[in-house]
Amino acid sequence: MNRQRLRGLIRKEALQILRDPSSLLIAFLLPFILLIINGFGLSLDAHHMKLAAYVEGGGDVTSSLTEALGATPYLEVYWAPSGQAARAALDAGEVRGVLVLRQDFAARLARPARWPARAQLAVSATDPNTAALMAGYVEGAFGVWLSDVGTERALSVSGGAELEPRFWYNPELRSANFIVPGVIALVMSMTGTLLTALIVAREWERGTMESMLASPASMRELVGAKLITYFGLGMGSMAMSVLITIFVFGVPLRGGVLALCFTAALFLVFTLAQGLFISTLARNQFVAAQVAFLTTMMPAIMLSGMLFDIASMPGWLRALTYLFPARYFVAALQTIFLAGDVWPVLWPNLAGLAMAGLIGVVATLRVTRRRLD
Amino acid sequence: MSGLLARLEGLGYEFADGTTALDGLSAEIRPGVITGVVGPDAAGKTTLLRLLAGLLRPTRGRVEVLGGAPEAAHAATGYMPQRFGLYEDLTVGENLALFADLHNLTGAVRDERVAMLLEFTTLKPFTGRNAGKLSGGMKQKLGLACALLSKPKILLLDEPSVGVDPASRRELWRIVERMMAGGDMGVVWATSYLDEAERCAHVLLLHEGKLLAESAPGAFLAPLAGRVFRLDVAATERRHAVGRAKAQGGVLDALVEGDALRLVMAPGAPVPEAALLGGANLRAAPPRFEDGFVAALLQKAPELAVGELAPEPRRGARAADGPAIEVVGLTRRFGAFVAVDDVSFAIQRGEIFGLLGPNGAGKSTIFRMLCGLLRPSAGLARVAGRDLLRAASQARARLGYMAQKFSLYGELSVRRNLEFFAGAYGLRGAARAAAIARALRNFELESMTGTAAGALPLGVKQRLSLACALLHEPDILFLDEPTSGVDPLTRRAFWTRIGALADAGVTVLVTSHFMDEAEYCDRLAIVNAGQVVVVDTPAALRARVKTADKPEPTLEDAFIALTRREGAP
Repeated sequence: MNRQRLRGLIRKEALQILRDPSSLLIAFLLPFILLIINGFGLSLDAHHMKLAAYVEGGGDVTSSLTEALGATPYLEVYWAPSGQAARAALDAGEVRGVLVLRQDFAARLARPARWPARAQLAVSATDPNTAALMAGYVEGAFGVWLSDVGTERALSVSGGAELEPRFWYNPELRSANFIVPGVIALVMSMTGTLLTALIVAREWERGTMESMLASPASMRELVGAKLITYFGLGMGSMAMSVLITIFVFGVPLRGGVLALCFTAALFLVFTLAQGLFISTLARNQFVAAQVAFLTTMMPAIMLSGMLFDIASMPGWLRALTYLFPARYFVAALQTIFLAGDVWPVLWPNLAGLAMAGLIGVVATLRVTRRRLD
Repeated sequence: MSGLLARLEGLGYEFADGTTALDGLSAEIRPGVITGVVGPDAAGKTTLLRLLAGLLRPTRGRVEVLGGAPEAAHAATGYMPQRFGLYEDLTVGENLALFADLHNLTGAVRDERVAMLLEFTTLKPFTGRNAGKLSGGMKQKLGLACALLSKPKILLLDEPSVGVDPASRRELWRIVERMMAGGDMGVVWATSYLDEAERCAHVLLLHEGKLLAESAPGAFLAPLAGRVFRLDVAATERRHAVGRAKAQGGVLDALVEGDALRLVMAPGAPVPEAALLGGANLRAAPPRFEDGFVAALLQKAPELAVGELAPEPRRGARAADGPAIEVVGLTRRFGAFVAVDDVSFAIQRGEIFGLLGPNGAGKSTIFRMLCGLLRPSAGLARVAGRDLLRAASQARARLGYMAQKFSLYGELSVRRNLEFFAGAYGLRGAARAAAIARALRNFELESMTGTAAGALPLGVKQRLSLACALLHEPDILFLDEPTSGVDPLTRRAFWTRIGALADAGVTVLVTSHFMDEAEYCDRLAIVNAGQVVVVDTPAALRARVKTADKPEPTLEDAFIALTRREGAP
């Protein structure tokens, strides 16, 4: 590498970035939009789930039960006048579940000799996740109410052992804490790849690549200058994403900034190299953009563990995820954000990222030849 | 190194799809002189330069630059690709700085070299301007400066003068010649302008990938001495005089030049008689490179000679009221930029009218407004008696348009292309079948109806384009640089057809930056910087700039003089 040539090329790239707003838009506007949309839109928490409830035969409802069900923010109870009305609401998708109290529910409850007092919960299981959540919330609310009733009447409903659950790393059980670091991975793989994918394709389209190839600059200088310049831009984009994650979405950063920078740097080298690779083969901005979208978005969403738990995938699919560096990046980011610098977890993922970056750069240097044929 | 810059031995290049770009080329490139690589489009010029620059690897034969592989000579090679290969977002100064860095120029040497090139190219006042905002001529000068920065031993220029105004074209030559003075830099200059060949010390004439001739221009033209004549013909007789001359035995080539007819006789043919040709004042003329090219082509393939054409059916007989195209005070602004500034002209029926000017002069904008594709900011445009603002589609139905670039469907066969365009012009049933049959016959396409249009030779593609534009028998034909970059025989054949159409009453509007095309026009409007500088016949334009030391000025001389005198800001 010749220092002067490299410096000249880096200056050229930097000037182009400053003069042509398109790369700045990709580096800052695209991540901003993606983070905001995905961060707010992609939530696994269920709030205000609608529940229809009614008493068979139109009997009276215990007022304390009404209060107990109404108190939880997760449920919104609609007292239906009849069984048909409740069923119709479920069929129409207006409510997600129906709670049925037997006609003699209140009467039986009042007299322990006639226990159990029966109630039935029917949940729409079209979305199994939400169905399970809903069943859990209703059961919880029901249980709380039942123990209140017991205390009130100095009766012991249950006894003996008790289980006290604790939720570590994400005690509020906010899905944003888990999802937004994953969205950073999606955002960075898209912007990183798109930046370089368009840049080299543009040089081919405008004919400047031909001048560069005929100049004394070596392939390593040409590729290196692009990687270095766009690495700087990509890190800026990463910094903005991290700030949004912390201050807009309130995700805690438990690990160190250094570990975060190092992880991001390794991943960025890979995505930038991937973009260079694509545009060197495509030589056309439109094709390059399409390939960049396809090859980054799919694996980053589906196979990275950002949304879908890798451990519960079938074995062959789980094996496939190891081929996509986004997986290592998501795992490292979630660890750094939620658990801290847990090096035994980070090292294998960082090693995976480093390996991917190396392969990306070598592959790019291999395909960018000095010739036009 | 044996004093040679480059040596080509049986050099051949084949594209991945199997088409041959270059075939068995052997030649030598010497230092200290300009070697012209001359030929029409698709002759293999760009491929040859890319092979010399080490950007392509020969599929056959050998290329040696400075005694080794071309890749090893990058530091000593200056290369200017055909498309502007500089960064448009960077200023003139920043582009030069980048190339200085790439060639490791530092300190006083660097400053001196950059200053000298800015001086030579007169780009100094524009050092801080973005390269993308330069005019076509200035862009080429900047490209040249960047290629020259490192004092290369071999300078490869790929059609630097295409689309550039004639004044800048001459300037490019001056710059290169000045930079060569006193040194041993060798230049390889690719061009499709045949007049540029005469300025080269040595010429490689390429045609369809083959080396047609290799010699000094003087030696190339020597056999034509005493065989080239000019005679005066009446302006109204110009087009017919060509046909008459070709019918005479011994006439190899006949060509209109202003109000004169240029004749190239076959070897050994007697001196022609002016009276027989319907002209007067026959005089010998010095042979030009184009005469040599035509002679060489005909020697190789006599069947290419342009024959007589069947007369076109008369048309345009409808209500002959006023001019076919009338433009009054036409103006088009793009933001603060005035692309077309208060342009007025009128074109009579059956006239061939040319808009002549460099790239960026505003020709295309005028053209688009006349086609009804762009709204004028001010002024009036009437085509076929219809106001384009009110009845654009009716006016367009009477127009035929042939674009500069091949704009047919390359994957479709000749017949399918014709069928598609017939349908697009609203021809149905028997009318459509008749129009297609007529096009196939008149344009000699019958033997290749099933061939994919993309696979046709350049000249035939152009015939097919014209056939498609004429399917609906338009009264008005728009041609956008129809024959730039084609070989002279194809150009003659094309213009013979256009002449026949004009005789049949079709009005033809041509835009061109190509002086040779302008010669075929009845009248010309010289367009420069958005304004029409002057409208007149080619002969009158030449006459305007006739001086004692230039008794027979070319159209290019006229163009330069007139734009400087009347269009100067």
